[in-house]
Amino acid sequence: MNAYDGESLDPADWHAVEQLITADGTPVDNPELAGWVGDVTDYELADLYEDMVVIRRIDTEATALQRQGELALWPPLLGQEAAQVGSVRALRQDDFVFPSYRENGVAYCRGANVADMMAVWRGNTNSGWDPHGINVATPQIIIGAQTLHAVGYAMGITFDGTDSAAITYFGDGATSQGDVNEAMVFAASFQAPVVFFCQNNHWAISEPVGVQAHIPIAARAPGFGIPSRRVDGNDVLAVMAATRWALDRARRGGGPSYIEAVTYRMGPHTTADDPTRYRDPNELEDWAQRDPIERLGTLLETRGVLTEDRAAAVAAKADAVARELRAGVINRPDPGPLDVFANVYATPNAAVDRQRDRYARYLAGFGAGTETEGSLS
Amino acid sequence: MIKEFRLPDLGEGLTESEILAWRVAVGDTVSLNQVIAEVETAKAVVELPSPYDGVVTAILEQPGTTVEVGSPIIAFELASDSAAGPAGGSIAATAPAMGSVSAEVEAKRVPTLVGYGAEPDSTGRPARRRRTAAGAATSPEPVVAEPVATAPAAERPRSTPPVRKLARDLGVDLATVPGTGERGLVTREDVLGVRGAPATTAPVPAGDSAREVRTPIKGVRKFTAEAMVASAFTAPHVTEFLTVDVTDGMAFLDRLRASRDFADLKLTPLTLAARAVCVALARTPELNSRWDGERNEIVTMKYVNLGIAAATPRGLMVPNIKDAHLMDLRALSGALSELAQTARAGRTAPSDLAGGTFSITNVGVFGIDAGTPILNPGEAGILAMGAVRRQPWEHDGAIALRQVLTLSLSFDHRLVDGAQGARLLTDVAAIMADPAMALALA
Repeated sequence: MNAYDGESLDPADWHAVEQLITADGTPVDNPELAGWVGDVTDYELADLYEDMVVIRRIDTEATALQRQGELALWPPLLGQEAAQVGSVRALRQDDFVFPSYRENGVAYCRGANVADMMAVWRGNTNSGWDPHGINVATPQIIIGAQTLHAVGYAMGITFDGTDSAAITYFGDGATSQGDVNEAMVFAASFQAPVVFFCQNNHWAISEPVGVQAHIPIAARAPGFGIPSRRVDGNDVLAVMAATRWALDRARRGGGPSYIEAVTYRMGPHTTADDPTRYRDPNELEDWAQRDPIERLGTLLETRGVLTEDRAAAVAAKADAVARELRAGVINRPDPGPLDVFANVYATPNAAVDRQRDRYARYLAGFGAGTETEGSLS
Repeated sequence: MIKEFRLPDLGEGLTESEILAWRVAVGDTVSLNQVIAEVETAKAVVELPSPYDGVVTAILEQPGTTVEVGSPIIAFELASDSAAGPAGGSIAATAPAMGSVSAEVEAKRVPTLVGYGAEPDSTGRPARRRRTAAGAATSPEPVVAEPVATAPAAERPRSTPPVRKLARDLGVDLATVPGTGERGLVTREDVLGVRGAPATTAPVPAGDSAREVRTPIKGVRKFTAEAMVASAFTAPHVTEFLTVDVTDGMAFLDRLRASRDFADLKLTPLTLAARAVCVALARTPELNSRWDGERNEIVTMKYVNLGIAAATPRGLMVPNIKDAHLMDLRALSGALSELAQTARAGRTAPSDLAGGTFSITNVGVFGIDAGTPILNPGEAGILAMGAVRRQPWEHDGAIALRQVLTLSLSFDHRLVDGAQGARLLTDVAAIMADPAMALALA
């Protein structure tokens, strides 16, 4: 194991991360980490490859739909596919995910319907999936707030006495938030079965990670009493191994763990952002050399698993998902004006009903009818 | 089937974007998501992917034009079967089922392209909402606030939003409609009644034209506005004030006026201020400098092109006197007179307006004492000269009636520190108080 003891390291130091597959697709000898994924076959690896390709396709299609005026906004995850797939595929169905807004790859792997997922970004609904249906909470827009929810949920797991775990996703920028630090204090105090999964994508909108963290982000966790690992976030196998390590600790009563997956946001922060205004294009080029999908593809080709047929099938799957997504977005009916009252309370509420009826009468007043608009009361 | 593509809101709440370049031409066959154009928003340069498989039939906006969100920019001919394809869902097909809402509301909705900003304000009417009167809070039915009956006379006629919309649609000015509803409320019947009555109101689009005048923003007004905004939001302004007893300075001007050399010239407090500023700028050149952000340099001028703000019939102009630092009081006086006459006649040349290094605005001629002038864009300082007034003032240990003037100096705090601004201001004041100080400071 290679948990941090607070030793000072340059946060930009690419080499100080644990790997199982190098950027050029070569396996790395790291027995301790590899032990957590010893059972993963090459065919299962190919499934992870497919996940990543499909997720990248979802991302491309959603970005295009935003440019075509069909989505209001989209937060691209280009480059972070391995960090999301490797971690989410380590979970059990009964574990619960508390994501930020960028974990759409995680949601896809948990079984979220891609068309429903887009409804949030079209501005049609507050949640694109039933959180209890796939055990993934509603995407959290407030930076870092979901870490508190995850710790609370994990404390509940302890009270229930089960061996489930909670995992929360957040970025390097969120680590500067009070919420994240408070969540870590509570998690350690109550030894909650929670995994803090930080995708360090190097940019908090336009703020480079080096400004926020003068030591690796993973090195902060031991100060809270939380063991941590720093893994290559573009290495899907290393991410999966680290997540399994953390989940195992949680399930056996070992309390919280912290993973820093060092990755890179290759796109803009959102479709409303222009990274060329603040980012060195050479940096992007460097990270393109460490692409998460390419390295796994190279490894699988070398091992004869990713044949031409398999690659074509993966591409066809990705295109099919993209078509489903596009059709779902374009054909989705807008919610009616009265739908806003639907989920204010779980049970009927007289005050809300009154407001809804009044609003319905008001809307009806735009028509030819004359029965209501003569009076304001 | 022809499909138009409307410019979407490419950021969050943007209202317009500039077309930088088209990557396709009329007649080109394009595929779904193929990049068709490059567009610059206030936030980013982005590539537009084609929303259809088809052939480009028209390019509706040329490169270099700024287009409002929601305007059609390109049209495609779609193969008939591709219309049913992934991108073929027409805009109308996405119209929602809206339950009890009438078809009229539905038809008037903006096409449901998600991400469009607010609907452009087609009437130009400002959004107004009366503050709820304090008394309404105690009403037993607080959900719909009732404006109190004793509202000011200027209040908009009381009615409901549906009725206001009806009136607007019919071109009826609500102010002309007598309300028959509860407490004078204008009802739907009232509006329809007025419309039915012959020639009660002209069917002009409703607005506040009777009480408001709308003037297009253009020309000097537009230029002035842009210059003010550019200056106010680029240069951090600081203003310092100093009130000074200029009795001796005014006496000095009187003596000069009596002399033969100055007989033909118009000597005013402004003349003295102009000369004082030239002397003072030589001692504090920071006020005579320019911020060159592009080259990351501060440019300090060894000459003074002295701008004088002039109210002309066309609007505010700031022509400048070239090389004012080389001029004596006589030459300055002549230059000031000429500049003012040229400006008032509307003959100021563009070269007279360019290249200023420091400006004076004589607000005193309007009877004003002090103000916080906004810098002429690109300059480091501007001095506002107030009115010379006779007022009680401390003089030789007693109170006397003296001629007193307030000077207001705004400066660009990027270039000038408070101490430097203070030095320039006290120098100018010292010379105006006692013109002999010019000998000591020059």
